[in-house]
Amino acid sequence: MGTKDPQKPPQEAIKPLCGPKDFSYQEKLGEPGEYPFTRGVWPTMYRSKLWTMRQYAGFGTAEESNQRYKYLLSQGQTGLSVAFDLPTQLGYDSDHPLARGEVGKVGVAISTLADMEALFADIPLDKVSTSMTINAPAAVLLAFYLAVGEKQGIAKAQLTGTIQNDILKEYIARGTYIFPPKPSLRLITDVFAYCTQEVPQWNTISISGYHIREAGSTAAQEVAFTLADGITYVEAALNVGLEIDSFAPRLSFFFNAHNDLFAEAAKFRAARRLWAKIMKERFKARSPKSQMLRFHTQTAGSALTAQQPENNVARVTLQALAAVLGGTQSLHTNSKDEALGLPTEESVRTALRTQQIIAYESGGTNAVDPLGGSYYVEHLTDTIEAAAQNYLNIIDKMGGTIAAIEGGYIQQEIQKSAYQYQKDIESEQRVVVGVNRFQAQENTKLTILKVSEEAERHQLARLNKVRRERDAQKVQKILATLEEKARTHENLMPLFLEASHQYVSLGEICGVLRKIFGEYQEKVVL
Amino acid sequence: MAKKIRVLIAKPGLDGHDRGAKVVAKAFMEAGMEVIYTGIRKTPEQIAHIALQEDVDVVGLSSLSGGHNTLFVDVARWLAKVGKKDVLLLGGGIVPEEDVLYLKQNGFAEIFAPGTDTKTIAEYIISRVYPKLGNE
Repeated sequence: MGTKDPQKPPQEAIKPLCGPKDFSYQEKLGEPGEYPFTRGVWPTMYRSKLWTMRQYAGFGTAEESNQRYKYLLSQGQTGLSVAFDLPTQLGYDSDHPLARGEVGKVGVAISTLADMEALFADIPLDKVSTSMTINAPAAVLLAFYLAVGEKQGIAKAQLTGTIQNDILKEYIARGTYIFPPKPSLRLITDVFAYCTQEVPQWNTISISGYHIREAGSTAAQEVAFTLADGITYVEAALNVGLEIDSFAPRLSFFFNAHNDLFAEAAKFRAARRLWAKIMKERFKARSPKSQMLRFHTQTAGSALTAQQPENNVARVTLQALAAVLGGTQSLHTNSKDEALGLPTEESVRTALRTQQIIAYESGGTNAVDPLGGSYYVEHLTDTIEAAAQNYLNIIDKMGGTIAAIEGGYIQQEIQKSAYQYQKDIESEQRVVVGVNRFQAQENTKLTILKVSEEAERHQLARLNKVRRERDAQKVQKILATLEEKARTHENLMPLFLEASHQYVSLGEICGVLRKIFGEYQEKVVL
Repeated sequence: MAKKIRVLIAKPGLDGHDRGAKVVAKAFMEAGMEVIYTGIRKTPEQIAHIALQEDVDVVGLSSLSGGHNTLFVDVARWLAKVGKKDVLLLGGGIVPEEDVLYLKQNGFAEIFAPGTDTKTIAEYIISRVYPKLGNE
């Protein structure tokens, strides 16, 4: 297949009027719940079960975050989503020198099992599903979670949730990588293999386009680079001898919902169809569950404006509606104040209520794939799928996603789009209400949540206590074993679980792995 | 010929959100400045040393992690420590208003909020730095 200039904006290719000749029902759509799943992964969609309302939250100490989770659950939220602070995401304990100033800032600080126990205190893990945004050290944090479950007396097989565990988009867009690609993929396939046996209801990865879009990509690039990452994970798992239909049903995805209502709804449909084809044709997956693209959505943080922040409620509503019309399995709606700081309890409540209004008042849930058959939306779906396929062809020719990342190609394509987006705003080709048009003299003042400095002190005190009270000899023994096993191909998950119970810290575990695996160096491209 | 303004765009701390830093870096290049971009996850000490070695007129810091009060001010301290004087120190990112005041009391000339036009920032830099370079 020939490759076209992938930077050509899809808008130019969009027809202003589409008709019945533009699509074929059986080939392109099919029934919902059936291959190629264009119309949704379940036959009855929201008629039988609404999406999971899952607000990403976490800040300060484990206790403060625990309070926020209980509040959200009391307000009708149906799943938890844990935000970790940057030191945790990078495998540093809260007392590491590089953690200074960052402890508890963008999420909760977790250094040992003691923090994780406080985070889920009085939350029975068999009653909630928990999503954790953790990537480079995902396997270790999953082990902490399983250990909390064991302490609550809950079997691993009963636990439901997701770890993001998607390192490739960290190299591409998000930046919280630690190890180079090869050992990182080994940790990921360790999780796949372990969970297939021990934690069968767990989503072992959330292959994420969200951050790619936040970094400035177009909708088609978001689909393309996400699925390119997905292909790489499947290949890695096949390479270590896993059977496609054993692990593929637990792969999940995570997309952005941006402003263009119809194009975004179409994007989710295009992603489902393209992934189903890849799984069936390229990887010969036979189980429909392996072919289904199930996904979480978050509304676009980068679309929020610091100017006239109350306008963001309208933006989030449209974005969330796109996700629902596109058939999402779970949803996070951003709060209006997030271009200014961390959201307050009140603004998070409004964001959650926005989902509830769509679910219970809008009527958008009454029919399966309500936009299906709209000439326009089908045309958009085809356009996005074709543009994404074009990128996948280019990446294959480059030798795959890792080669395309290491050469800086994917990052550069995103940067070009991000720069174009900014230029379009500055030339007023693209209107952002309140920013380049319809500005107000005086912006509304909002109360912003601030993480107290006390949080860092409290966290450090607990960590010190844990270090004093645990069995130091056992800790040393486990770390020595880890150093040995990290050099082999043995699955490291059982050892991480054992380490959790002995209160070995995240930083200690990652310190050993850094020594054995080395660290990834960013290719800086402008 | 006019001397070019040299700018260091840097990401202190652990934050990986580099869209803003890169967009601003490119815009400054288009505005005729010489731009050095550090990449993500640099310590304040590293940034100060790069600023000194590269002999820059401007240091622009970007952080969206909320750690700016610690990290930005550490950069200002390190710049003084390594003897890098007479540099225009700027910041950008998600910085609440009260923190903007704090940073301005600690060596920062200006903090730019999300949504700021890149031309506004470039013009600001030119107005502050150009006269010092002996340019018209």
